[in-house]
Amino acid sequence: MAILCDKNTKLIIQGMGNMGTFHAGLSREYHTQVVGGVHPGKGGTEKDGIPIFDTVAEAKAATGATASCIFVPPPGAADAILEAAENELDLAVCITEGIPVIDMARAKAALRGSKTRLLGPNCPGVVTPEQCRIGIMPAAITRPGPVGVVSRSGTLTYEAVDQLSRLGIGQSTCVGIGGDPVIGTNFIDALTLFQADPETKAVVMIGEIGGSAEEEAAEFVKSNMDKPVAAFIAGQNAPPGKRMGHAGAIIAGGKGKASDKMAALEANGVAVSPSPAEIGETLAQHAPGLTG
Amino acid sequence: MNVHEYQAKELFREFGVAVPEGELATTPEEAERAAKNLGTPVVVVKAQVHAGGRGKAGGVKVVKSPAEAKTAASEILGMTLHTPQTPPEGKLVRKVYVEAGSNIKDELYLAILFDRAAEKFAIVASTEGGMEIEEVAERTPEKILTVLVDPNVGLRDYQTRALGFQLGFDKPLVDKLVPFVRGLFDLFMEKDCSQVEINPLIVTEEGDLFAIDGKVNFDSNALYRHPEIAALRDPEEEDPRERAAAEIDLAYVGLDGSIGCMVNGAGLAMATLDMIHHCGGTPANFLDAGGGADKEKVKEAFKLILRDENVKAILVNIFGGIVRCDLIAEGVVAAADELGVEVPLVVRLQGTMATEGREILAQSNLNITPAETLKEAGELAVAAVKGA
Repeated sequence: MAILCDKNTKLIIQGMGNMGTFHAGLSREYHTQVVGGVHPGKGGTEKDGIPIFDTVAEAKAATGATASCIFVPPPGAADAILEAAENELDLAVCITEGIPVIDMARAKAALRGSKTRLLGPNCPGVVTPEQCRIGIMPAAITRPGPVGVVSRSGTLTYEAVDQLSRLGIGQSTCVGIGGDPVIGTNFIDALTLFQADPETKAVVMIGEIGGSAEEEAAEFVKSNMDKPVAAFIAGQNAPPGKRMGHAGAIIAGGKGKASDKMAALEANGVAVSPSPAEIGETLAQHAPGLTG
Repeated sequence: MNVHEYQAKELFREFGVAVPEGELATTPEEAERAAKNLGTPVVVVKAQVHAGGRGKAGGVKVVKSPAEAKTAASEILGMTLHTPQTPPEGKLVRKVYVEAGSNIKDELYLAILFDRAAEKFAIVASTEGGMEIEEVAERTPEKILTVLVDPNVGLRDYQTRALGFQLGFDKPLVDKLVPFVRGLFDLFMEKDCSQVEINPLIVTEEGDLFAIDGKVNFDSNALYRHPEIAALRDPEEEDPRERAAAEIDLAYVGLDGSIGCMVNGAGLAMATLDMIHHCGGTPANFLDAGGGADKEKVKEAFKLILRDENVKAILVNIFGGIVRCDLIAEGVVAAADELGVEVPLVVRLQGTMATEGREILAQSNLNITPAETLKEAGELAVAAVKGA
């Protein structure tokens, strides 16, 4: 067991450019069943031994694909997400950075009630150690084990995973939910999956300044989870007002600062790491007995 | 991306959002002529800079004749404006907007933005116009009204009518609010705005609605499909280092410490600043080299970091996912070599192709201190500054 993907996942790649092809190769080397690629106009060809299809529908019919990883550039990325959803894949992981907010807001609204779970966009993807890698994470730093990792940031996810692995603490699944304002799977969605996964014994959550997703997640941990959670919030020393919208703060009721998020997490029983170098240790102290 | 008030109002006019008549002026003579053309008993001369709080800082003057408009413009043009929203050095005023005065009866607040929690667009309005909206939110949150708009359904007129009646408008005024807000919402959606704010929105003695101020921000990710909006960019209004960074597609924020940072990913870049503080040092900048970092970009990033004279050491912290550490290492070597980097250089490479990257650094014969973990990288960088 794990969440989102495992050894049975059959993956297609939407957007077989340089980046998509490079990471398709790395995923294939890392236990993953990469069954096809989608590149309109190149259907019937092959790239690096991966069969290419014109549409997601054709790829799914021919391969039985269950998941897609999207590398399509920003102007077509929201479209690619909707194409994956229309074809009822279980999971669509969107790596693309820089999709206009209006495009994502519309796509997300259209996904309501869809069978397809969206992860991202602007995310590093998901890795279930030694079973499946979707996206761009350096899977070599992961090792199988009992800790679920969920993060808004890409590279900081790797940092947290690396710290856990160095302490001998393995991961059930590592999930990057993405740093955009509109994302398919949020902290609460990922925490819900980890809580229900029998193999996950504890969770590490990596947040950052802006929005109020961490505060909402903190309340969720208290009322809905019995597994220990450790967290880190990036941006404790970020200058105020540089990235946050002016009137956005009204709606959030003044939420968005790292200190507020850390306080909310602590108040709800989450162990908060004081520095980015102590994420692994903070969890190890909060939930002993995870090594193995 | 931000634009000036006069540019925002030009867009308002295009979308049928009522604004007073006005003209842009860059000299006192032009301001005098503009006031004459407007022909109203009262005109307002307003400094055009990308910052709020202009009125209190002396950047807005209400005058009663073209001659007075000329005098006011000569005072405002060339002045350096200091408001709570300007950088410490203030902002030089290069243009004024000369606008017809209005008989103000009521001042309100109106904005459109994206509500992240609801994942819908929000029309935000308040009867407390002319004040800082954060203050209103703090003191009297019940005076802030919000209407949520579904991205795929769009704004419906009944929503604006309900908002108007809640604001205490009578039916004739509600009938003016409906097309006003519809125009504003159309502008927001068609031009990919991230925020539109009117403070104040006024009701005149004659019963008309006007946008007296206008702030419009655009989603930078969508500028590729709006060249006409991208053309409104005023480079004079941007921080020169942040502008240089944006030109090469790097996210950069200048800080006042001594350790220059180059990191990939916003989260890790923020965490690197946190790490430096935790180790007792101070970062000189936030720099996210992004997912597409390669040799050329690393070199440009180094140039940018070295423009800051306070930089006493550089910390490169790369955890490769989409970024390949070997390409970063090549860039670091090329930059250090070609730019003649003299400050201590601490480099931490982890993740995709990290072994190859470290090999490239080790073989370069350059004075680079390698670091294994984030903690070690922070400690080495802080020690390098203290030793220097």
